[in-house]
Amino acid sequence: MNELTPYQTIIGLEVHAQLKTDSKLFCGCHWQFGAQPNARTCPLCLGLPGALPVLNRKAVEFAIKLALAVEARIAQRTAFSRKNYFYPDLPKGYQISQFDSPIASSGKLKIRLNSGIKTIHIRRIHLEDDAGKSIHAESWVRENESLIDFNRCGVPLIEIVTEPELSTPGEASRFLQTIRQLLRYLDICDANMEVGNLRCDANISVRPHGGATWPGVKTEVKNMNSFRAVERALAYEQQRQIELLEHGEKILSDTLLWNEKAQVTESMRIKEQAHDYRYFPEPDLPPLKIDTSWLDKIKNEMPELPDARRDRFIRQYKLSRADADLFTATVELADFFEKVVVRIGDVRLVNTWVKTELLRSVNQSADEATPISADAFAELLDFVKQKKITAQSAKIVLVEMLTSEKAVAEIIHDKKLTLLSDANQLGVIVDQAIADNPDAVKHYRSGKRQLLNFFIGQVMKLTRTKADPEAAKKILLEKLDAE
Amino acid sequence: MNFEGLDYLAIRRLIFQRKASCRQLTNHYLSQIDAAKKFNAFISVLKKYALTSAELLDQRLQKSDAGPLAGLVIAVKDNINFRDSLSTCGSKILANYVSPYNATVIEKLLNADAIVIGKTNMDEFGMGSSGENSFFGPVKNPLDPNRAAGGSSAGSAVAVAASLSTAALGSDTGGSIRQPAAFCGVVGLKPTYGRVSRFGLVAFASSLEEIGPITKSVADAAAILEVIAGHDTKDATSARQPVKNYSDIIRARSRKIRIGLPREYFVAEVTPEIKTAILEVVKKLEQQGAEVEWISLPHTEFAIAAYYIIAAAEASSNLARYDGVRYGFRSDGSQDIEQMYLNSRSDGFGEEVKRRILLGTFVLSSGYYENYYRRAQKVRHLIHLDFKAAFQQCDCLIAPTVPTTAFFLGEKIRDPLQMYLSDVFTVPANLAGIPAMSVPCGTDSNGLPIGLQIMADHFNEETLLQTGNAVESIVKQCKLH
Repeated sequence: MNELTPYQTIIGLEVHAQLKTDSKLFCGCHWQFGAQPNARTCPLCLGLPGALPVLNRKAVEFAIKLALAVEARIAQRTAFSRKNYFYPDLPKGYQISQFDSPIASSGKLKIRLNSGIKTIHIRRIHLEDDAGKSIHAESWVRENESLIDFNRCGVPLIEIVTEPELSTPGEASRFLQTIRQLLRYLDICDANMEVGNLRCDANISVRPHGGATWPGVKTEVKNMNSFRAVERALAYEQQRQIELLEHGEKILSDTLLWNEKAQVTESMRIKEQAHDYRYFPEPDLPPLKIDTSWLDKIKNEMPELPDARRDRFIRQYKLSRADADLFTATVELADFFEKVVVRIGDVRLVNTWVKTELLRSVNQSADEATPISADAFAELLDFVKQKKITAQSAKIVLVEMLTSEKAVAEIIHDKKLTLLSDANQLGVIVDQAIADNPDAVKHYRSGKRQLLNFFIGQVMKLTRTKADPEAAKKILLEKLDAE
Repeated sequence: MNFEGLDYLAIRRLIFQRKASCRQLTNHYLSQIDAAKKFNAFISVLKKYALTSAELLDQRLQKSDAGPLAGLVIAVKDNINFRDSLSTCGSKILANYVSPYNATVIEKLLNADAIVIGKTNMDEFGMGSSGENSFFGPVKNPLDPNRAAGGSSAGSAVAVAASLSTAALGSDTGGSIRQPAAFCGVVGLKPTYGRVSRFGLVAFASSLEEIGPITKSVADAAAILEVIAGHDTKDATSARQPVKNYSDIIRARSRKIRIGLPREYFVAEVTPEIKTAILEVVKKLEQQGAEVEWISLPHTEFAIAAYYIIAAAEASSNLARYDGVRYGFRSDGSQDIEQMYLNSRSDGFGEEVKRRILLGTFVLSSGYYENYYRRAQKVRHLIHLDFKAAFQQCDCLIAPTVPTTAFFLGEKIRDPLQMYLSDVFTVPANLAGIPAMSVPCGTDSNGLPIGLQIMADHFNEETLLQTGNAVESIVKQCKLH
């Protein structure tokens, strides 16, 4: 919210990230988005009598990686608790989560805003298992019928709880984008809000500016499936609360669902009593000790994180801050950039080509994976650097590379884009350019030397941009200045 | 061939010496089961499966290719999953439930060539001390059908006592192996928590329960324990402690043993006949060289209260999965999901189970958790410390298993508190996680069996079995005289 309005907002987020471990959190089932319903289940995921959970240590390591990345305090001893509630897609009747001894607490994450850098504190990070999926809304589900897919049951989640330190919907969205970047750098979560492997619930509260205390009333907003939805839902909710205050009405604590179609928040009307989850220590899982040697092993596996990599890019490749930000936005693009630089050596050339040609030609943000391999792109730049094709030709090759599997050399051959620098052949073309434009020749010879570029353009046109511009220039000068 | 009254070791000799076949043995038990239907010991009898297994095993015996438990025809409590057969837990809510997988103990028994003959009746989900809380009707004590067989492993104890199987598996959450073993005059062993995998045991109170054998002799218990014990990757609470060869250990001459008699277990509530019987055996052990001393377990009186809070709390969560959504009983005619839960659980669970779910839900609720659940956990810790201190002084403890011998069916069923008090001497071992065993110790004036309980420190089943073996010989000799 901007400073002009008389209200102040605080937002806290609960972020759920699905960990991309090979198997689920407490059983050996493999999981995959979009698998045949209920095909990825076992007695444990289905809550069959007698099945027992066994902790997946890889998931713990993933959670610890995030904790290290946000400089959180990692528990030496962590334990699981049962969170009890009834829901059809919760087959055990409880979720195995963490309550009073989360795996990590007191972390922080820097987010970059237009106004500068803001540090958001992270209250806790804990592990828990995901529930299944109830399906009622699909067209193929009959009226008065609900179907349940238990595939997702038991998929490891980390819950990241922030302190209520975000002041605008935009900051909330920025925080999520930063977390997503981190999760992807750590390679522990695919972090796609659209498919639900990154999810977010937000708590929001508004008060008049300068109020001494917060009213203690907040609403929780759920069901936001994109960064844009988070921003819009929170903006809507912020405005709704302000309007209530303006009309002297009370804000009620509530849980709300964001309705994407109608672009409004709607009350879930959950009874207060439903919130007693009766947490108690999970008797099937002994407390977990995280000792120094395990922690050291995980520390050794930590990749270079986004901020460090950006700083290094600035230092090592002399990039501007903006370029470094762009190239380190995703780990894929950063890897791509570095690979190409290593092969080509010329950072400026690579910089220009990645930024202005590759990213522009695919008309995508840096969030998307690069559509061609670093090797192929480097090969193309190699042709450019060695002046074996013109920049114009290289752009044609690049467009072709985006849609075909062909090698760079093959495209150059097929499209007959090989550089034309043979003096005899160029001479014929230059002659034609001169013959075709008698007026221009007249003007050139009467002193309009800048028309040289026009003639180079004509040669390019006649050769369909294949001509070596340096060679063409030389021959043009010879012939135009001959008389 | 008459197998009546023989323990597994005796039967094993007959089988390995080819004096009897597994088929004969299995047929014998099947006809015994038929003749003993009035005791209501079995929920399902796996006739075809048992006979086929017996025939295959006989062929293997011909080739001297049989496992260590060949000739063991075992009855299994109906809360232990056996693939493709019913696992009802004595409940209406699982009356038609067929398990798609085997419990780890079942895998181990089958690998050792034991034959599973059937699934035994029990108090619903293990909740009960009389064998009366079953959807399939009450179990009757074979020594007096008007009396209770004890619970909750009622059918398993009856199967062994009435020779309907060579041995049985039970589960013990607060005495459910030892108490019915005492009432029926057989041996019942609850191993250390974590000694035997719980994978495939339908959970009632996860932090308290263990699977264990019910047998005709201490040696049989040793033979079965050494097969079913051991670490299991499928159970995170199972221990990595090495498993000893218990059959050999009990045969070895026991060293000089220090026996503790906990004062709190010889109080006025215990019938004089039980006290006398146990103290007489202890005197004989002393004459054989054991050191005996009275010790104190000062927090014993709080054990029942702590137990019923913790067990109920865990049960309320463990039994939440029986919601009528995926399997088991679902009530018809519900209009919405909430009503379906309500109706299915109201109709599907019996009175005692509902009582404990309500109690457990209550003690975990916010505002009550600290005063009930948390406090019960503190008491549990104190009881644990009581035992730790006791085992500094002595190798094992001897006490009554139950304050009385078998009571009448219907006698306590209307008074839950009286029923709970039947477990007063068995629950402390579950709270502390230590191993404990009930060994027959003669009979009272009504001819009803008395159970002598031995308790030892964590993972010291060795001492438990050695002492049990000594007790068993003394009791046998007394009978002869």
